[in-house]
Amino acid sequence: MESGFDYGIILKSVPYLAEGLVLTFQLTILGILGGLVFGTLLALCRLAPFAPVSFIAGTYVNFFRSMPLILVIFWFYFLVPFLVGRPVGGFWSVTIAFIMFEAAYYCEIMRAGIQSVKVGQVYAGQALGLTYRQNMQYIVLPQAFRNMIPILLTQAIVLFQDTSLVYVVGLGDFLVHADIVANRDNRLMEMFSTVAVVYFILCLLGTLFVGRLQRKYANE
Amino acid sequence: MEFSYNWDWSVLFCTVQDVKIGCVAPYFYWIVEGFGWTIAVASAAWVIAFSWGSIIGILRTLEDPIWLRIPVVKSPVNFNTSAIEADNGVVLINIAWFLHGFATIYVTIFRNIPLLVQMFLWYFVLPEVLSKEAGMWLKRELPLPEYWTSVVCLGLYTASRVGEAVRAGINSITQGQHYAAMAVGLTRVQVYRYVLLPVAYRIIVPPLTSDFLGIFKNSSLALTIGVLELTAMTRQIDEYSYQTFESFTAATVLYILVTAIVMFVMRIVEGRVSIPGMISLGAK
Amino acid sequence: MNKTDNTAPSTETTSGVGMIRMNDVSKWYGDFQVLINCTTKVDVGEVVVICGPSGSGKSTLIKVINGLEPFQEGEITFDGISVGDQATNLPKLRSRIGMVFQNFELFPHITIIDNINLAQLKVLGRDQDEATKRSMELLERVGLIDQMDKFPAQLSGGQQQRVAIARGLAMDPAAMLFDEPTSALDPEMINEVLDVMTELALEGMTMMVVTHEMGFARRVAHRVVFMDEGRIEEDCSKDEFFSGERGERAQEFLSKILTH
Repeated sequence: MESGFDYGIILKSVPYLAEGLVLTFQLTILGILGGLVFGTLLALCRLAPFAPVSFIAGTYVNFFRSMPLILVIFWFYFLVPFLVGRPVGGFWSVTIAFIMFEAAYYCEIMRAGIQSVKVGQVYAGQALGLTYRQNMQYIVLPQAFRNMIPILLTQAIVLFQDTSLVYVVGLGDFLVHADIVANRDNRLMEMFSTVAVVYFILCLLGTLFVGRLQRKYANE
Repeated sequence: MEFSYNWDWSVLFCTVQDVKIGCVAPYFYWIVEGFGWTIAVASAAWVIAFSWGSIIGILRTLEDPIWLRIPVVKSPVNFNTSAIEADNGVVLINIAWFLHGFATIYVTIFRNIPLLVQMFLWYFVLPEVLSKEAGMWLKRELPLPEYWTSVVCLGLYTASRVGEAVRAGINSITQGQHYAAMAVGLTRVQVYRYVLLPVAYRIIVPPLTSDFLGIFKNSSLALTIGVLELTAMTRQIDEYSYQTFESFTAATVLYILVTAIVMFVMRIVEGRVSIPGMISLGAK
Repeated sequence: MNKTDNTAPSTETTSGVGMIRMNDVSKWYGDFQVLINCTTKVDVGEVVVICGPSGSGKSTLIKVINGLEPFQEGEITFDGISVGDQATNLPKLRSRIGMVFQNFELFPHITIIDNINLAQLKVLGRDQDEATKRSMELLERVGLIDQMDKFPAQLSGGQQQRVAIARGLAMDPAAMLFDEPTSALDPEMINEVLDVMTELALEGMTMMVVTHEMGFARRVAHRVVFMDEGRIEEDCSKDEFFSGERGERAQEFLSKILTH
């Protein structure tokens, strides 16, 4: 091990690291979008008045929330090619894993958001003669959405951090690229502290944005 | 689309004796051992997370100044900030300001770096940053270095979440309660000890449960630095036997079982400790 | 010189030094001044009612007396001890002043008897038997001895407020402060609390009471202090206050609360 902190190695590997960071962002964005769509469906099912539907959705949510994300990644990494019948590449298997996993969390956030709207508001809407759909559309959902936006964003930051777990299947994300350089050149300290700093700055910006949003909402 | 997989559940039940009659390895024992490590990592990390997290959370609620008086012979200037005051030969340092700031920075750092990266920092980077002797001790002489590294890493990471829960619990108590506790003559420490903390801990049972389950699930990250916990063992069974899904299923069932038991027990605990007329803070 | 000495005719309050003295007290929240040069005093055994429109600073006035809220200018003494002095042991001082709050503020996680015991054990250092004995006497007195093992939330508002009074009295305080003790109560519960307070006043307890209950003021108060926009506008004997020799603001306030 050479002594001293070698900034050169960091600068030299910027393009390679950036490539990894792009994959991290791809996974995050696909996970958020897919998770939101699927999570909304799940939330609607969970709140559905038809018991079997809400039971199935509830079981799904509890199932995924009981599992470590690493195990979910392993499951889908091996299961998806089996189900599809041909190799699909690690990226898509893992993306599906994130979508399925995040959907469970997004579902709970949305359910809590909808339930956070006070019953009095629902009654007030009904008293004005709004139909169920109108009441949802104009009264309940706008308020619910407002309540949950900061929490949804926070969950997105969590997902951004969690994508680093693709390390366990060797997908070339930010951390894995850094890890490759670190082990190749025996520069673990430089590479891992760079990764930490970059993640920290990006997540902190996100956290500060969420905080500002929350204060803005609180003041209105 | 065809799902062609030959299920063979018998692999999971290979014991040490069975190895002689055809099994490659005692897979059943591996699962038990992996599960044991998972519990060992999670529970030791929880001890750190709960105690250290409580301190962090309490520090983050310190709003009123605690002045430390340092008499100085000659005070060059008189100035007045929220952190330090200098006035006629006496320097006052607001300890609360520094403690509060420290706790806030702690939470910010630990919540904004991915847990896996933190694990690598503790395991790969820390021994290099420390002095040679300390680094060598961590690498060579500390028994079970992977185990203790993952315990410390998970514990300190989860402490930031426990801290936020404790802070939210204390902050949910009204100003009127603070006043009432102070008005009967309790000191600041007593106000926390007899009024704020007993109420706060009772109402944060749900988020604390969720933090504990978080540690339990996150203990799987210890496999990245070589702790053979449950998930690592199932990967090992997969590699030895090629019966991937049997071992994954076994691990899944164990994770779900423990989660269900913990949730069940904590719901009873929540009911036992609940304060009449008060609602718990919702789980995160 | 104390302002009170000029304005109040010394009928009941000639004797003794002030138990509570406020001299030229000012307090700011940021740029907003909530208390403006407030001067008044409460003598031993005296009952002073403080009234005024909402936002007039009367709640703040009572909270600076036992140091729950800091103030920036002026001086407050309780039984000769300066409240604003850095060296004063505030917890010890507070233990000698009972305080009753608008929202009762009983500790929700412990039973009624433990609520009254807590400070006796932890602040006064009484032993369990001694504290319990005192608590039970007081519960008997406020008529709630049969509720001693319940939790605060299981009692009505009026009952909780009577427990809160007992909690204050358990410290054998030299004075009691009441911060709108009946404002959060349903109308039918107001009298059960006022009755306990009236009894206390008649026994000679030194009391400072922020309230809109003018009936209570007429019955037991010695003096009435009227506040408006952070200033003490009137500080006079009860008879003077209710007989009509008062300023325009106080007149307006009284006509508002008496007619509804």
